[in-house]
Amino acid sequence: MPRKLEKSRDGVIILKDDTPEKMEVESNEVDASETYDKTPVYIYYNWCKKCGICVSFCPTGTLAMKSDGTPYVKNPEKCIHCETCDRLCPDFAITGAKRGGDKNEC
Amino acid sequence: MASISQKTIHQYLRHNKKFPHVWCSGCSNGIVLGSIIRAVAELEIPKDDIMMVSGIGCSSRISVYADFNSLHTLHGRPIAFATGIKMYKPRMKVIVVTGDGDATAIGGNHFIHAARRNIDLTVIVINNHIYGMTGGQFSPTTPTNDFASTCPHGNIDPVFDVCQLAIGAGATHVARSTAFHSLEVQNMTKEAIEHPGCSVVEVISACPVIYGRMNKKGNASKMMENMRDNSISLKAVEKLPEEKTKGKIVRGVLKKDTNIPEYTDSYAKLVERLKRGNDE
Repeated sequence: MPRKLEKSRDGVIILKDDTPEKMEVESNEVDASETYDKTPVYIYYNWCKKCGICVSFCPTGTLAMKSDGTPYVKNPEKCIHCETCDRLCPDFAITGAKRGGDKNEC
Repeated sequence: MASISQKTIHQYLRHNKKFPHVWCSGCSNGIVLGSIIRAVAELEIPKDDIMMVSGIGCSSRISVYADFNSLHTLHGRPIAFATGIKMYKPRMKVIVVTGDGDATAIGGNHFIHAARRNIDLTVIVINNHIYGMTGGQFSPTTPTNDFASTCPHGNIDPVFDVCQLAIGAGATHVARSTAFHSLEVQNMTKEAIEHPGCSVVEVISACPVIYGRMNKKGNASKMMENMRDNSISLKAVEKLPEEKTKGKIVRGVLKKDTNIPEYTDSYAKLVERLKRGNDE
């Protein structure tokens, strides 16, 4: 079923069927669901081109690569939220999740 | 701390264009686009006040994906179009995104004359050392002795230094960085947008599929590591002896001058003076 096509400039982004599910972004607040606490980073596999930059520049080894080059979160507890992957991803396909349950939030 | 994440960036992308974007796997253009968007988001400029102009080439596809006012123009001519826009609407922030071939070869004249006039444009030159989109011809910035599809036995041309060219032509804010140092690119872009006058930011980027493959530079991560290891900041250059800095990419703001009058200001003053002259 096609999703709602919404507002123009500052509101909700136009969603199409080929847009990944988790790419849904609203201007006011992104809903922090339970999964945000469980995984430190989100990877949008629909946009990922398997270049390997996020895996090779992850300073703590949170991310690892499958045999076909797809990145995945191997050690979620090691993530220090440096957002290097977020910043160096050329495809906008990885993002640091919200530090909702993080007690050491600065 | 990086406060602007991909979630903010997605609000600045045109989701009705086809994503994932056209660039090859590991291409640095996406990183530069992210840095530009972060700079704009940090400055909190409304989307409608930004005009993004680009020519033809891989890097010039950036204007298609970013949700600003945009103009995708002729090969080499983005600066000419941008000059017109800036003259008509001086309040607009005009960002020109161009590649190395676009800016220095085909649009070389427009580039140096925009710098000479000191018109308030932000020119971001993404330098990947090759014409990527058309199949890997050598460009004015291809290093000597490197290979390209039109020089299979090695390039014999000397190289253009984009920053020195801009400084020589009279641009008032000139900076250089690499795509690996994406925070630096973000800060430089921010500074360049705020600077009144012609500002040039050269971003050395990686083209792993065409330039990297022809010159055996390895994959995308390897090229990014090369950028990290073979570049040196301007502050470090002053301290280190000359032999250690030889052959390295110098990062930093190479020139900043706010005393030279800006072109649209001078034009407005001229108009004002002539109006007053008619009244008297």
